[in-house]
Amino acid sequence: MIGASSIRKEGRAKVLGTAIYTDDKFMPGALHGLTVRSEVPRGILRAIHFGEGIPWDEFTLVTAADIPGTNLVASVVDDQPFLIGIGEEITHSQQAVLLLAHADRHLAEKARRAVRLEIEELPAVLDIQSSLDLQTVIYGDNNLLKEIHIAKGDPDPVWAQAAHVVEGEYRTGAQEQMYIEPNAMLSVVEPRDGALQVTVWGSLQCPYYVHGALRQLFGLSEKQVRVVAMEMGGAFGGKEDYPSVNGGHAALLAWKSGRPVRLIYDREEDLACTTKRHPSRTRLRTAFDAEGTLLALEADFILDGGAYATLSPVVLSRGAVHAASVYRCPHVRIHARAVATNTPPPGAFRGFGAPQSLFAMERHMDICARKLGLDAVELRRKNFLRMGDTMATGQVIREDLDLASIMDRALAAIGYRDKRAAFAITNQEDGPIKRGVGFSVFMHGCGFTGNGESHVASVAGVEGLADGTVAVLAASTEMGQGKNTVFAQIVAETLQVPVEQVETAEVDTDRVPNSGPTVASRSTMMVGRILEDAASGFKQALVQQGFLAEPYTPESFRAAVAKAVATLGSLRCYGQYHRPPNISWNDVTYQGDAYPTYSWACYAAEVAVDLDTFEVKVADFAAVQEVGRVVNPTLAAGQIEGGVAQGIGWGLWEEVTMQRGRMVNNQMTNYIIPTAMDLPRMQVIFLENAHVGGPGGAKGIGELPMDGPAPAVVNALENALGALRLDEVPMTPDRLLDRCEEVSHG
Amino acid sequence: MADRIDLTLKVNGADHRVSVPPFARLLDVLREDLRLTGTKEGCGEGECGACTVLLNGRVVNSCLVPAVQVQGAEVVTIEGLADGENLSSLQAAFLTHNGAQCGFCTPGMLLSATDLINRCPNPSDDQIRDGLSGNLCRCTGYAKILDSVHAAAADGGAAR
Repeated sequence: MIGASSIRKEGRAKVLGTAIYTDDKFMPGALHGLTVRSEVPRGILRAIHFGEGIPWDEFTLVTAADIPGTNLVASVVDDQPFLIGIGEEITHSQQAVLLLAHADRHLAEKARRAVRLEIEELPAVLDIQSSLDLQTVIYGDNNLLKEIHIAKGDPDPVWAQAAHVVEGEYRTGAQEQMYIEPNAMLSVVEPRDGALQVTVWGSLQCPYYVHGALRQLFGLSEKQVRVVAMEMGGAFGGKEDYPSVNGGHAALLAWKSGRPVRLIYDREEDLACTTKRHPSRTRLRTAFDAEGTLLALEADFILDGGAYATLSPVVLSRGAVHAASVYRCPHVRIHARAVATNTPPPGAFRGFGAPQSLFAMERHMDICARKLGLDAVELRRKNFLRMGDTMATGQVIREDLDLASIMDRALAAIGYRDKRAAFAITNQEDGPIKRGVGFSVFMHGCGFTGNGESHVASVAGVEGLADGTVAVLAASTEMGQGKNTVFAQIVAETLQVPVEQVETAEVDTDRVPNSGPTVASRSTMMVGRILEDAASGFKQALVQQGFLAEPYTPESFRAAVAKAVATLGSLRCYGQYHRPPNISWNDVTYQGDAYPTYSWACYAAEVAVDLDTFEVKVADFAAVQEVGRVVNPTLAAGQIEGGVAQGIGWGLWEEVTMQRGRMVNNQMTNYIIPTAMDLPRMQVIFLENAHVGGPGGAKGIGELPMDGPAPAVVNALENALGALRLDEVPMTPDRLLDRCEEVSHG
Repeated sequence: MADRIDLTLKVNGADHRVSVPPFARLLDVLREDLRLTGTKEGCGEGECGACTVLLNGRVVNSCLVPAVQVQGAEVVTIEGLADGENLSSLQAAFLTHNGAQCGFCTPGMLLSATDLINRCPNPSDDQIRDGLSGNLCRCTGYAKILDSVHAAAADGGAAR
């Protein structure tokens, strides 16, 4: 049970090829839906022209004018339309204007190409600096999607008195989630009892987000909308908010046509129009005393939020809270802004703002160490947060936190000292290969930022089935992370039965309660904790009603459940999130407990740079983390290894190239993710420290491994190559060549 | 050009006759005509390998194979690896060692791994990396996939 590497629940279907993903679902008579998009970054839509040679009368066509309810996607801020109408403003190059559907998908594609949009172009804002300049205002009166201030003490008097003040600017690029299954939706809309019934099956992380979006789009009641999460071929945040858009589009076509509709994106469309990691620019200013004690920190953290707010306010929030990272500092000022640009809105991607601000801080600490003439290890050791210290938001560390031990363990695993000494000699030799080691220390807040968990007030449950087994009822989705298995382990542990006696119910909003979105490293810790309560209540109910007597065997438990279900008809027990009494948060001042707890880590990387090609090979990698108690060591290691792979990709190779506000390398051939050839074997080490608020002591794990690899790898590049301007990711061969030439040209 | 073309092919040991549009791909024949949906489409341009199948014993991306070329051919898909309820050694190893996370690359990965182990019964890490370099996985970082292939090799390879 908890602590065991139970076999993935849905694993057998996956290795047999029988798991049913959205596009695998058999749907006789379905039409194929397609989306016509703007292709210019900003303008006024004047007309839609339907070209010749297409039997348009056979097509189902949907425009903004057809929308029965509200033409706004329900999100953090409701500012994004499903479709742009005639006379309305197009705000990015992938804006949906027209939906079409036909039984013949080849003819549908031909029709899409035959549509011509008449657009009166307007000047567009395409990057962070242009948005800040306010030459063109495209959002509100200041182009700001969200602004956050976090303050602790007062840094202003410190700068003049400090022995050292170090400033730096760091940038990170957009990153594509690149789930292997592109976005996919199926929908049926049919009358039932004189009213509409909208059903969507899809590849989606957050069934109740889509449910809410469909209700608003059609103006329907809760019971009239049903959302079913199919087997999902990866997500990583990329199917957090976007499914509210394409789910709505599929349902509009199904409603207008009266037929089932499949809306399956091909890879090029998926890459061009769906969400990415937010590009960022961070300016840091830090003051130290002569011994290297951190005295003050100022961060100016900016995200490119694209054309609509979507999730940017909350991505910004997490990034801002993580900006001061793992260091004790008496005076902190963080100014965070998400700015609007005429680009497709970025969204959630594993890490959710934290990788951006942590990259800046962990690069900056290495640069500070160099400028102060101190060792990067000892500078960090001197300044780590410990139990009793106060973070930037005023949150007091209440757990026994020993970051130095985590760091030392990672450095020992990679052989940091020996390798640095050896490379200092070998890098003097003539050959083109230069080697380096580097590391990063970081944390990731578990669950939603601030009051998010209280707002969602998640519910999850446990249901007895006729055969005596138990089903987990939660809207949390399986995207490969292992939710089905981990939830079953948590419930089995509470019920003291084998994990084989617990299964997770299909995620169908007609059956499962709203346990919140499957995001924010919250499923195991937050929903798992609710499931512990629900399972505990379930067992008590069986005992109190005389079906079960303790102690019991798995067989007698099974018989008791079967008897209870036969007698009572159904047996369900629910739990709900309750804010622990000792944590509080103020949304206005950004003061308080930003997260109930954090997972902590140190990652170390060894790189080899080829100065003939400027290619970088990651030769070794050690990932040491404290994530509370590990529920399933094999699945957890898989999460870390996969996250590290994505982090290395972001650090070195994965670049979204934009031209006129449009991604132009929107193919797998020219957007490069790591292959099996590109990654080393990783050392994954868990230091367990049970957390009282998590199920069986578990904390969050999913996003943590995304935060550390990029700064560790770039710090290793500095060790290999010396003090170059290594202030940006991805550090592609082209960029690395430029940085080397800056030095050689003085 | 004819509206449809008629083909016969053998898939997972069974003979099939299909009538498909002239520009159909082998992937379309498998997924749409034969309803063998275990074979996945991830990119449609031969980069991701999710659509990998064995065609006359060789690994191919079925999204790049025109259906007209498979007349009389023998195809093995993910649905053809198990013997009834009995998983192949590789399938069993992927299940035990968490070689499949989201599972979308898994069918293609298993076909490439089957071909690899048939050619090279005891592969090294580097041989596995090379053999699977045409199959992208975004979940695992490939470590558990390497573990799975090694475990299957130790268990006697792709043979059941």
